[in-house]
Amino acid sequence: MEQSRSEQSGSARDEEYERQHVHSVYEEIAEHFSSTRYKPWPIVERFLLSLPPGSVGLDIGCGNGKYLSVNKNVFIIGSDRSHNLTRIASSHSPSSTIVADTLFLPHPLAKFDFAISIAVIHHLSTPARRIEAIKSILETLRPPLPDGKADSEGKALIYVWALEQKSSRRGWDEGDEQDVMVPWVLKGADRKAIGQVKQEDKTFQRYYHLYRKGELEEDVKSAGGVILDAGYEKDNWWAIITRG
Amino acid sequence: MKLLTLNFLTCARKTCKSLPAAFPLHPKDAELEVVETDFNAPFLRNILGRLEWDALKTLCMELGLPNLPPSAPEPEALLEPGAEMAELELERELEPTQTARDLHNLLLETGIKEGKLVCGNCGHEYAVKEGIANFLLPSHLV
Ligand SMILES: [Zn+2]
Repeated sequence: MEQSRSEQSGSARDEEYERQHVHSVYEEIAEHFSSTRYKPWPIVERFLLSLPPGSVGLDIGCGNGKYLSVNKNVFIIGSDRSHNLTRIASSHSPSSTIVADTLFLPHPLAKFDFAISIAVIHHLSTPARRIEAIKSILETLRPPLPDGKADSEGKALIYVWALEQKSSRRGWDEGDEQDVMVPWVLKGADRKAIGQVKQEDKTFQRYYHLYRKGELEEDVKSAGGVILDAGYEKDNWWAIITRG
Repeated sequence: MKLLTLNFLTCARKTCKSLPAAFPLHPKDAELEVVETDFNAPFLRNILGRLEWDALKTLCMELGLPNLPPSAPEPEALLEPGAEMAELELERELEPTQTARDLHNLLLETGIKEGKLVCGNCGHEYAVKEGIANFLLPSHLV
């Protein structure tokens, strides 16, 4: 194993790390995870509801697709690395879902009115890959309309988990380790409910990079983006961004 | 996968993405399905202006579907003439035209259930299974 690791390039190694500590976990916990994720976060809901009818955009890392039908007058293509989550997400209309990697999106460049990426970028395991992901999202956004208003360019909403969440169940705060493994416990009862044979509790560990204050803005700037608005909402940092 | 989606997809490889040859992707061995969805007139009218009509024409031809007209219908062609007056005066629903129903059926109700999507530049084939296309690239292509 060590030998094969040293032969891989850095990014292949990082990708393998994320495959083990992010992608395969979501694949296994998909149904239980989805059953706990149904309430849209207010900032995301407001962003989606502010879009003009007929807007076309992307939900990058759409998970179970809880944002895909918030605004039924826009067309969203949701993508996720997890086949199982994508299958759950595909029930929403009029949106559409595909399996894709945030760093290799199969979309034409400079085409989309909007993009959202909610609780996704914090799963990438190096600063370079997180910045690359933001770049990849930015390049899908279209430039301002030729005869459009000043704010007619495509916009993306990015949402990541915050380090500063002292009052949360996890209790992390400023100065704590930012690269952490976070357990997801699949209870025996839940596993029975989704038809698996064994019924003991099983714990999965997911990798997260917890963003400290100001770090998301720094990453957006490193990716060549411009911040239109940014803030903190219940244990998360968010930013609405556009191309530079 | 709704046919509308294909108007917004290209090859996932960085070397293909910006090339005209990679768009649109070409269906291969496609098995189609029709899933009924609610008709939404404002959605359809607005999405019309966002379509690459030529890409949609190519797709229909390659799938063996009826030929589309050379250019996209005007938004006014989607609702019955005079219907807007009727709505104001009688509070009746606007009646979609046959053109609107056909477009709705093509873009939002017709989808690829099984098959492949092929890049016209590099030839890579992306599988579509149970209506979901998989764009994850094998490691030698990233
Ligand atoms: Zn290609």
